[in-house]
Amino acid sequence: MERPGVDRDKKRRVRRLALYGAPVPLVFALCVCVGSVNIGLGQTIRALFGLLEAASPDSLIIRTVRLPRVLCVALVGAALSLSGCAMQGLLRNPLADGSTLGVSAGAALGAVLAIALGRTGMGGAVVMAVLFAFGSLLVILALSFALDGSLATNTIILVGVIFSMFASALMSLVIAFAGEHVRTITFWTMGSLAGTGYGHALLLAGALLPCAGIILCLGRELNAFAVGEENARHVGVDVKRVKLLVMVCVSALIGVCVSVGGTIGFVGLVIPHMTRMLSGPDHKVLLPASMTVGAVFLMLADLTARILVKPLELPIGVLTSLVGAVAFVLIFYRSRRGAAGHEYVGY
Amino acid sequence: MSMLDIENLGVAYGPLKILKDVSFSLEEGQWLMLVGPNGAGKSTLINAVAGGTAYTGRIRLQGRDITGMRPRERARRVGVLAQRSGVGYAYTVEDVVRLGRYAHGRDPKNAAHIHRALVQVGMEEKRDQSVLTLSGGELQRTFLAQVLAQNPDLLILDEPTNHLDLKYRQQVFELVGKWLQTPGRAVLCVVHDLSLALAYGTCAVLLKEGRVMDRGVPKKVLSRENLLSTYDMDVAAWSRRMLGQWNDM
Repeated sequence: MERPGVDRDKKRRVRRLALYGAPVPLVFALCVCVGSVNIGLGQTIRALFGLLEAASPDSLIIRTVRLPRVLCVALVGAALSLSGCAMQGLLRNPLADGSTLGVSAGAALGAVLAIALGRTGMGGAVVMAVLFAFGSLLVILALSFALDGSLATNTIILVGVIFSMFASALMSLVIAFAGEHVRTITFWTMGSLAGTGYGHALLLAGALLPCAGIILCLGRELNAFAVGEENARHVGVDVKRVKLLVMVCVSALIGVCVSVGGTIGFVGLVIPHMTRMLSGPDHKVLLPASMTVGAVFLMLADLTARILVKPLELPIGVLTSLVGAVAFVLIFYRSRRGAAGHEYVGY
Repeated sequence: MSMLDIENLGVAYGPLKILKDVSFSLEEGQWLMLVGPNGAGKSTLINAVAGGTAYTGRIRLQGRDITGMRPRERARRVGVLAQRSGVGYAYTVEDVVRLGRYAHGRDPKNAAHIHRALVQVGMEEKRDQSVLTLSGGELQRTFLAQVLAQNPDLLILDEPTNHLDLKYRQQVFELVGKWLQTPGRAVLCVVHDLSLALAYGTCAVLLKEGRVMDRGVPKKVLSRENLLSTYDMDVAAWSRRMLGQWNDM
């Protein structure tokens, strides 16, 4: 007897995804309207459609400052969360996130080097961070392959962690000789999306669209990895290909995010956990849901950073780390109580 | 027809040689018991057939070299029930069994295979339960259902009844025996319990330190002399002494 559940499951999945996606436009609108100067929704819509005088303060604030910034924040939130979710599934490790591979540290080194040389902005820090991110990935994969031809996950993590430490040491060295740029570097490392423009948004969207497209198509494969890499191979998953695809996409996303927003911690670690508690572990739902929850979380965090001590602004990375650390402790406490005796934190 | 041909198989981790020049064949309808002490290379051999480790020599499945097979194609022919520790996240029993149909894509028979496999291992009522809440035996039966749902021609079992109590141990072996009755199938099974090897195996391969000590029908392979030289103990005498305890009760 067959279970007449396939279509029902699909419909349920679509309904749940719509539910997770619904808050995105609402929060997006809220974040564009609210800030150090609050602008009404009607006025915001008029500004967006060019119905206000271009040189009017409201139009300038909405079109040249807030809209590109909120776009960047949403895209970075979605990218970091998706990367963390994919890595936690791939490595079957709830403590993994996009930075586990070491690419994040490599990208940060590139950006810090550019700032120390006095090259800030799109042409300097951003390009250097992206180049260093890909360079880091190549070094990590080449080293892993040289050590272990089968590209075992443990080898890649170990090489990633060592590379991270090496890149961090180099970064400290660069900062020691950075002279008057130390303050800029320090602020950059705290993570901030202030001053981001349409160019940054385009860069983020250019990375997110293809990378998210690829990762979202790997939901079944990531489910198999989350059960176990050996099991994934036994059921027919091309484990090496999937691993490389996910790692290249995650590296591209992390590299671009770090280049645009600096080091924004905990989003990639905590958001997939929180989403898994709501949606369950099925990556066909979990991956897109993590993207939307990550976008909403970072937009609200950025809004808080902008209005909490206005007209001053808090670095968003500091805020996400503070909230993330507390959230993580709560999640860990709950999981230990709920799944005592099991091998992993399980949702 | 030959299901599996292994010729001069060698596996080494650096200078450490795990398997040395191993050769044997498995025909359709046969249940081959792979036996030997710990460290003999049994799980490594299974890993090589499943594509999990590099090797020298040749492994042919239904006449075709497995190195030329794509992972999905191999998974449609070979199902592996490995030794395992646990599942990381709270998937349901049905989620785990459904993974067994991965290699079959969007086959309309997927739901029927999943349902049948769940019924066969007695996990149908727990299909919506989280695997994190299962006992070791239930988890083992869940993974057995996954392999059955895969519907392979060659079933590879690595100590399949490790976590199971006597009742399920018997059920699993009876179930595999029934599964094998369909033409075009074969079983390769690693067991430590030599009584099970004698009771259910149609042929056996005895491994020691990565080499084949003997192969053939189980009674010949598991002879007193072979076991004495492989395990360095009188296995038959010990087994008789263990069983003799029941006569006194």
